[in-house]
Amino acid sequence: MAFTPEDVQRLAKLARIELGSEQISATLGHLDNIFGMIADLRQVNTEGIAPMAHACDVAQRLRADAVTEGSVAQRDRCLALAPEAEAGLFLVPKVIE
Amino acid sequence: MTWEVVIGIETHAQLATQSKIFSGASTAFGAEPNAQTSLIDLAMPGVLPVVNREAVGCAIRFGLAVGSKIDQHSIFARKNYFYPDLPKGYQISQFENPVVVGGQIVLQLGQGDDLVEKVVNLTRAHMEEDAGKSLHEDFQGRTGVDLNRAGTPLLEIVTEPEMRSSAEAVAYARALHSLVRWIGICDGNMQEGSFRCDANVSVRKPGQPFGTRREIKNLNSFRFMQQAIDYEVQWQINELEEGRAIQQATVLFDPDTGETRAMRSKEDAQDYRYFPDPDLLPIAISDEWIDRVRGEMPELPQAMRERFQALGLSAYDAAAVTASLEIARYYESALKVAGNAQAKVAANWIMGDFSARLNREGLDIEAAPVTPEQLGGLIARIADQTISNAIGKKVFDALWQGQGKSADEIIEAQGLKQITDTGAIEALVDEVLAANPGNVAEFKAGKEKALNALVGQIMKAAKGKANPQQVNDLLKKKLS
Repeated sequence: MAFTPEDVQRLAKLARIELGSEQISATLGHLDNIFGMIADLRQVNTEGIAPMAHACDVAQRLRADAVTEGSVAQRDRCLALAPEAEAGLFLVPKVIE
Repeated sequence: MTWEVVIGIETHAQLATQSKIFSGASTAFGAEPNAQTSLIDLAMPGVLPVVNREAVGCAIRFGLAVGSKIDQHSIFARKNYFYPDLPKGYQISQFENPVVVGGQIVLQLGQGDDLVEKVVNLTRAHMEEDAGKSLHEDFQGRTGVDLNRAGTPLLEIVTEPEMRSSAEAVAYARALHSLVRWIGICDGNMQEGSFRCDANVSVRKPGQPFGTRREIKNLNSFRFMQQAIDYEVQWQINELEEGRAIQQATVLFDPDTGETRAMRSKEDAQDYRYFPDPDLLPIAISDEWIDRVRGEMPELPQAMRERFQALGLSAYDAAAVTASLEIARYYESALKVAGNAQAKVAANWIMGDFSARLNREGLDIEAAPVTPEQLGGLIARIADQTISNAIGKKVFDALWQGQGKSADEIIEAQGLKQITDTGAIEALVDEVLAANPGNVAEFKAGKEKALNALVGQIMKAAKGKANPQQVNDLLKKKLS
């Protein structure tokens, strides 16, 4: 399939990425290349092969249910990294649904 | 032609784990803001989520309880959306291969003899992480973000659109609420948000395809659920009857006005662009794991109800004593002492005097001062006629106030044993008849009520301890 600049713009918007018109045409080229490779892969006969959810054919390691992290001290160190914080909260530009 | 209501429900049940689904931060409610966050919950670069085994165990437990298929190769997906309550820019959820597929919830509708059962089919239940909390009020032009909740394990339980009224929707939500607490996977605390429902509501003419639905979000009480659905249904019917089409939307219920109101629709339709999360491998669920979870499962309410009905309880009573695992265990322990023949009597005690007393004193069943063994012992003494029912209530009160360790002890100590000796009762009857010639004459003149007055006098003379049946029989014999 061939991408249009509108497709790229929509994807950029969904991903909250700002793209200039030059970047849009560059991205368009990249995406077309990627989908070209996918088209090649689709030539392979995969009938009867279960799709994999991950490139590594192993199962997820699980952790025991135990509290090992989280404290006011750790929070304060993280809040110090934030552009704005107050009363133990991260402050962000106002968002109202 | 009338309208048919179509409702499907999505429920977020917070799983009863100590730590979060992908990090070792605590899930306890009410901590200082952000004090229960790990670097994973804060979406710091370079961190990897690691799945909590217990959260998966809870999901398996639920699946087994509702007769689902457990997907033994379940996968996590990223659901992309941008909102500061999840700083990663996506929520880890499940899309393809949810852990629980299908299943059924059986619910009871109606009261007493009109009680009927309805089966609601589940589409699926999937694991996901909860989002944080945004506080919009307190900061000038800013939103405060508390991520303590972010990463809390949830099971989202989705039904088929099979409910046909707000009453059915509420009955489903109650049955599910009872079940998740019964099997111990969720504390069910609706005030704290541990159990919250979204209702998808549409209306149609019977036999027609489904109408366009609107989703009522975050219903956190059964009463609000009923009010919200009733309002929404009426609103949709009015719109359609006035020739306007329903637009698909997400709506919120305002308990103050009793109305539902559409949230401002986003410019773009939701496009979550789900894809398998490359940070997480598939969850392998072995047969052994499933068997182990099955082995740890308590007897389920449905099975228990059937067992109690076989002892002679009505469907309604059986449902009442299995309203929660705590009540069912209490009932069963009391019955063990009282004997199965007292199944109905024991149910009446628990749903009657016992529950009323708990309610009056604002106590949970676990805090009841009367143990099930004590109540069972009391019921047994009424059954074998050691005491009358009326004295039984007195003994119950004494047990509640801690006046004795058992019904037997109280009966003995307070001399409450029923008088069944015919000679003794006859003496009392004669005494009362002699002292109340007026009542005797009235009865003989045809006033039935006069008999009650005489019975009352005799019971009073006996301090309530005479066997009421014997008193009645003797009195009638003497007056005939």
